[in-house]
Order: sequence, then structure tokens, then C-alpha cells
Amino acid sequence: MDWTIWVEWIVKGFVLCLILLTGFAYLTLYERRALARMQVRVGPNRAGYQGLLQPIADAVKLIFKEELTPARVYKVVFVLAPVLTVVPSLVLAAVIPLGTSFNFFGREITLYVANLNVGVLYLTSIASIAVYGITLAGWSSNNKYAMLGGIRASAQMISYELSLGLCFAIAIVMSNSMNLVDIVNAQKGMWFAVIQPVGALIFLIVTLAEVNRAPFDMPEAEQELTAGFHSEYSGMKFALFFMAEYQKMIVISMISATLFFGGYREFWFLTDTWNGFFNVDQHWFLGPVYLLLKVVVLLFFMIWIRATWPRIRYDRLMAFGWKVLLPLSLVTVFITAAGILLAQELNNQMYIYSIPVLSIISAMIAVALIFRSLRRKSDGRI
Amino acid sequence: MNSELIVFLVLSLVAVAAGLGMVFSRNAVYSALFLVLNFITVAVFYLLLGAPFIAMSQITVYAGAIMVLFLFVIMLLGAENLPPTKSLPWQKPLAYILAGILVVESLYLVFLQAQPDMVVTAPGASVNSMESLREMAMTMFNQFLLPFEVTSVLLLVAMVGAIVLTKREKAGQK
Repeated sequence: MDWTIWVEWIVKGFVLCLILLTGFAYLTLYERRALARMQVRVGPNRAGYQGLLQPIADAVKLIFKEELTPARVYKVVFVLAPVLTVVPSLVLAAVIPLGTSFNFFGREITLYVANLNVGVLYLTSIASIAVYGITLAGWSSNNKYAMLGGIRASAQMISYELSLGLCFAIAIVMSNSMNLVDIVNAQKGMWFAVIQPVGALIFLIVTLAEVNRAPFDMPEAEQELTAGFHSEYSGMKFALFFMAEYQKMIVISMISATLFFGGYREFWFLTDTWNGFFNVDQHWFLGPVYLLLKVVVLLFFMIWIRATWPRIRYDRLMAFGWKVLLPLSLVTVFITAAGILLAQELNNQMYIYSIPVLSIISAMIAVALIFRSLRRKSDGRI
Repeated sequence: MNSELIVFLVLSLVAVAAGLGMVFSRNAVYSALFLVLNFITVAVFYLLLGAPFIAMSQITVYAGAIMVLFLFVIMLLGAENLPPTKSLPWQKPLAYILAGILVVESLYLVFLQAQPDMVVTAPGASVNSMESLREMAMTMFNQFLLPFEVTSVLLLVAMVGAIVLTKREKAGQK
């Protein structure tokens, strides 16, 4: 094997880690400023111009903070848990294509670390491994609150992983491939979010639960569990959990963008405007820019939801995952597959349009059913 | 000695060590974690053999879903530190006998039955293409459709059974 390929891999992996770490640092600032605006405050603006040095100040503070290890913890697992949480959040990004490719001194450099033919499966497997860190952190702290947080986290993530897998299946069926590069290229004509809006919506809801963000942040619900699974952690170990959460937010937004919002591709209607001025195939550097824009928008939605929605009750969360999202995603997978099969077999592209219509109708039926059951429950009680 | 062999040797050491750790650790959570490590090493073996699909499913299903449920149950029951109990009297001799039979069987298979041309080869170039995946899906959903569906029905029955067994009828309702 050529030694340059090793150099290429190492450099790419290093750059990807740097992107994620910087992204994490500035996402915290972004979130704090955006939240502050929504709550009619100013937010951190002291360190540097408009608070741009705030993440660095935070990092310095966390590094110099005293690190406590409580006396009765299970030491090995207690130290291991933050690491186990951070690693999956970094490794996940390896298969996500950031753009097409460019020439570097006659060598074609592709803008992804790995191009797996089972890329989507890789995502599901790493996402399923990611539960361990939080669960073990809760258990090894030897603290009832932390333990409850850990158990809640694992139950929640397992429950929502099913719908997540089905949403992956929607993208696989529509692109006819498990390779993320192929999935992005299949969205050249039209984003999958347009063909299957319900699938994209379910995916966005489920990813909120997978990264334990509001309104699904039950594992760290401070009113009931102090800080949940990371109650006993301080200093850099806490920073690792913090880092993992925000990196997961970034990576999962990248995945949503890749699977449903065209990845690094331009808007489908901009492909031929101005002689392909916006076309990724002509200007490779536009790929990462588009992806960054999409990720920033998706992250803004996550922050917006945190600012506006109350946390939902734990039993409702489980009921929502199992009784609403799972059946609905099964139905959308079925509708998608049936629509594509009909279009192929009867050779009529019109059947593709039945996919969004039917899935939106089924989503509306689901919403109506939720309202009915909620009203019936409140009638009984009040 | 090629790099694949080195990787294999190192990984098999890890796998065996993880297996032993799982059997011998007194803490159930540590046992479960060793088992997870073992599953992941086995997944890497599948990768070495050129079966990325099975490797990823191995991680998703065994290391991801099943072992998390195991951990969940261990933690909920608070059964992580079992006191050293007296083992059943007939268990030890039986275990020795069964282990002996297993060793003899495997030695017999390895040294007497193995033919020189019975080498398992990984299917070469086509493995990392979409074709192998597609072929596998085709085989699974055409040739083995009935077993596949029967398995899913079996799992459904198990799930319904678990719910029926654990559900308590509330007094006054129904």
C-alpha cells in the first residue's frame, strides 16, 4: 500500500477532529447568544469582540478546576465513561461526506475520511455504542440520581433508535444505496426532505432524543435529578460530557443534512443558474460551505426548540417514542417503498408524488389521534 | 508475515482475554463490559474476513442493543455484586467433562478432518462494492424469505409473550 494514503488518512482524521472541536467550542457560544436573544438578554459578550473568546475562557476555567473523584465510585468505569461518550461522537463523522474532491499537486483528495459501502449501518452501529458512556457514568457514580439519569438515558436512546433506524431505511430506499456519498448524489434532483417530509420530520425529532436535547433531556432533568448522569463529574471529565453532547449535535445535524437535505449539494433549483455558478461539481469548495450552512440552520432549530419548549414528562416521552413515532415511521417506510416500487414497475414517475401526499395524510391522522387520546385522558381526570 | 496476520493475532489475544475477563470477574457490570469488548473484536474479525455488513450488524445488534439491555437489567436489579455463593455440587465435574469433550472434538476436527484445500477465503475484490451487499439482500429476501419471515413472527410472539407475562391486571378495571 502506498504510504501517502496513510498520510492522507491521518491528515484528514486530524482535520476532522479539529473541525469538530472548534465547532463544539463555538456552538456553545452560538447557543448561549441565541438563547440570550430569545430571552431578551445579551448573553456572554465580555471576552473578546462580541464574546468570541468566551469558549477559550471557558476551556481555561474547566482545565484549572479541581477534579473531584468521590470516594465510593467504581474508579475504572468512572474514568472510562467520559471517554466512551466522546469517542463515538468523533468517530461518527468519519463517513460523512463534506464535499466532492479537489486536486492537490496532482493528487485527488476526497472530502471524506472513509467511503464505506455500509456507511448508514456504520452510523447506526456507532450510535448504538454511544449509549454506553452515559449509562456507565450513571452507574459508576454510585449515586441514585446519577443512576436514574443513566437508566433513563439508555431506555430513551434504545427506544428512539428504532425510529432512527427506520428513518435511515427511508433514505436507503429512496437512494437505492447504503453509501452516504451515493445518498447525497441521489439528491441532486430533489432533496429527500421534499419527497418524504414526514420522514425528515421524524428524523429531526428522533435525533433530539438521541442527543438528549430539550425537550427530551430527561437524563439530566435538573429539577428531579440534579444534573443526572454527570452529577458527580467535575473539571475536565465534565467538560468531556459537555463536549460529547455538542459534538453529537453537530454530527447529527450533518447526518440529517446528508440524509434528507442534500448534504453538500446545492439547492436543487440552483444547479444550472448562472452557468452552474452554484454547482458543487464545478466548484468543490462550495460543498463544505453548503454543508456548514445547513448544519448551522439545523442547529438553530435545536436551540430554538430548547428555548421555547418545556421538557416532556418521562412516561409521555416513552409513549411518544413507542406509540407514535415507531408506527408512524413504519408507515412512512411502507409508503416510500410502495411509491418507488409503483413508479418503477408501472414506469410512471407520477407515483413518486403520492409519497409526500400519503405520508402527510398519515402524519395528520397521527396528530389527530394524539389530540383525541390526550383530551380523553384529561376528561377523565378533571 | 503480513499486516493482516498481525492484526488477527493481536485481536484474537484481546478477544480471548475479554472472554476470560467476562467469565472470571465477580462484578456483573464488568462481565457485561468484557462481553461487549469481545463482541466488538469479533466484529473486527468479520471486517478482516471481508464482511462489513455482518460486522456492522454485529455491533448494532449485539454490542449496541442486546448488551445495553443486559446492563440495564443488571443496574435495575442492583445485582452487580453477587456474594460468593456455594456452587452446585454436580456443576463442576459436569463442566470439566463437557469442556474435555469440546477440546477433543475440536482437536479431532482441526488435525484429522482438515483438508489442505479447505481454506476459507474471503471473496476478494467485490466485497467493498455495493454489489456484495445487494447480492446478500437478494439471497436473503428471495431464497430465504420464509425463514426470515418466520423469525420475525417468532420475535413478535416472544415480545407479546413478555408483555402478557409482565402485565398485571389492575383490580377494578375490566
